[in-house]
Amino acid sequence: MSDVLTQITDATRNMLPLGSWVNAGVRWVLEHCGKFFDAIGAVVERFAGAVEQGLLAIPVWVLVPLVVIIGTRRLGWRFGLFAALAQALIIVTGFWPQTMVTLGLTLSATVISLIFGVPLGIWCARSNAINAIVRPVLDFMQTMPAFVYLIPAAMLFGLGRVPGTIATVIFAMPPVVRLTSLGIRQVSSEQVEAGNAFGCTSTQLLFKVQLPIALPTIMAGVNQTIMMALSMVIIASMVGAGGLGNDVLASIQRLDVGLGFESGLAVVLLAIILDRLTESFGASRKRDN
Amino acid sequence: MLKPKISVNNLYKIFGSNTAKAQKMLDEGRTKDEVFAATGQVVGVNKVSFDVNPGEIYVLMGLSGSGKSTLIRLINRLVEPSCGSINIDGMDIAKLSLPELVKWRRKRVAMVFQSFALMPHRNVLDNAAFGLEMAGTSRKVREERAMQVLSQVGLQAYAGKYPSQLSGGMQQRVGLARALAVDPDILLMDEAFSALDPLKRVEMQGLMLDLQREQQRTILFVSHDLEEALRIGSRIAIMEGGNLVQVGTAHEIITKPANAYVRKFFEGVDTSRYLTAADLLDPALNGHSQGGGLCLPWSTTLPEAMKIVLDRSEPVGVTDASNRLMGCISARSLLSKISQEARHV
Repeated sequence: MSDVLTQITDATRNMLPLGSWVNAGVRWVLEHCGKFFDAIGAVVERFAGAVEQGLLAIPVWVLVPLVVIIGTRRLGWRFGLFAALAQALIIVTGFWPQTMVTLGLTLSATVISLIFGVPLGIWCARSNAINAIVRPVLDFMQTMPAFVYLIPAAMLFGLGRVPGTIATVIFAMPPVVRLTSLGIRQVSSEQVEAGNAFGCTSTQLLFKVQLPIALPTIMAGVNQTIMMALSMVIIASMVGAGGLGNDVLASIQRLDVGLGFESGLAVVLLAIILDRLTESFGASRKRDN
Repeated sequence: MLKPKISVNNLYKIFGSNTAKAQKMLDEGRTKDEVFAATGQVVGVNKVSFDVNPGEIYVLMGLSGSGKSTLIRLINRLVEPSCGSINIDGMDIAKLSLPELVKWRRKRVAMVFQSFALMPHRNVLDNAAFGLEMAGTSRKVREERAMQVLSQVGLQAYAGKYPSQLSGGMQQRVGLARALAVDPDILLMDEAFSALDPLKRVEMQGLMLDLQREQQRTILFVSHDLEEALRIGSRIAIMEGGNLVQVGTAHEIITKPANAYVRKFFEGVDTSRYLTAADLLDPALNGHSQGGGLCLPWSTTLPEAMKIVLDRSEPVGVTDASNRLMGCISARSLLSKISQEARHV
């Protein structure tokens, strides 16, 4: 009986050699579009490098109080206190430089995601056909195990922060596309009619009516994108993206629970600060009085 | 003869992809439901023609689904007509190109919406200035004008507030101010006061009539509320299933309803106060000379006529516009007419 099963699985194993097609495809791309990817890589490298250099150039004694002040003003003194303690903890455990590198990677990946994601979301909101094409692609991007992106990214862009950033962009872009599209589609038909009735051109309708009304939803998408980018840049240390991910990876390789906890805690604290701050900017339209 | 401000001719709106077949069926006299069953196309407006005079408040009435909201949106082309013409100031709006249409909407026509449709991210002043901003008016000029219309609707003290901080009635005042700010000749009001509570509704109707007295605009007003229509309408057009079934003054609609559908609107409405002396004549007294006694003009309202007639034992005469005797009213004819009207309530 088990022989029959083995025979069947053996026979079906290579009926559809999807994996080898993908390999062949990537190889073909490598051979024929190398220049193109080199150009993209150079741009991403320059941008991500500049962001990282910029963050590292800000002295600790400027950045820490700045985060505390912004946090206090937007979310109250409790959060300000938390931000102060969290940053102090990161400094005294010695993870500040790595945290800045991780923050830099997260921010550059987020910015690139927004540059492509917001317009794509707008396009999806305006056209059902585009939406029908983009949605399954987003599902794919979001659910494909994140590690899998690292392989072609490393093959196309080598090692370092470029493949890390690009894999992160692919993983983190879906929420902002989805929520931009959703936010615009949720603008009530009478508000759109009001815009048209008062003589909006289609550009005015987008920038004066649809995007501002959709903004809280879009900001929720931005927040999600930042969170996903942060989780992905940690994984991206496997292709040499650097930052806190390196320490996490090292702790796994050396079975060093203590190092894993310290570096993991820095990630968690960074995540909480980023999440609360970006969320507060999304909800800023609740005015009282 | 007064030249109409808005002249709509043979206007059709059919929702769907194959409108030609549906239109052919409509022209053969099929109903909206038959067309839908045969073609799957939804008839919004079926061959409607009407004229609106300058300075008139023209009320479109009908139940939901009768096509009144579609019709008002056809006028400024928020809904594209399938066929027909909309003539305003010598232009066929249905034939304007998109840039021409945008230009026309900015200058000549404004709209007030049932759900207010204010912009939540703009304060009251910026909401009122919305139309002017779209037209590229400078900040100083548009804010001055917005402030002016806000004071017209009694909201100048709320200019810095956001819509979410205002009550429904106040939000609709902002909606009205936004429409008035562009100083349009034509105001389209889609169930503008339907979302308000009854007291606020009457208050807003009064405000609108006051504003209309100050500056005459041509107003197309959609409503499903007969009392509202009677109160504000110069003329009332009643729609059923995409067709215009009757157009007339409040008095004409009440005294000569075209069919049972029109009559149904009167249910629960006290129509007797829209009657005039001319409706109260006693047929039994036809040809009766009232013998030099008191005469009332034909337009005397029922309550006034009642006061006078019930005070006297002899019938009272009624004269028409050119002062000729039309007939007489007796206490009996008056009471019988009132009891007839009361049956609607």
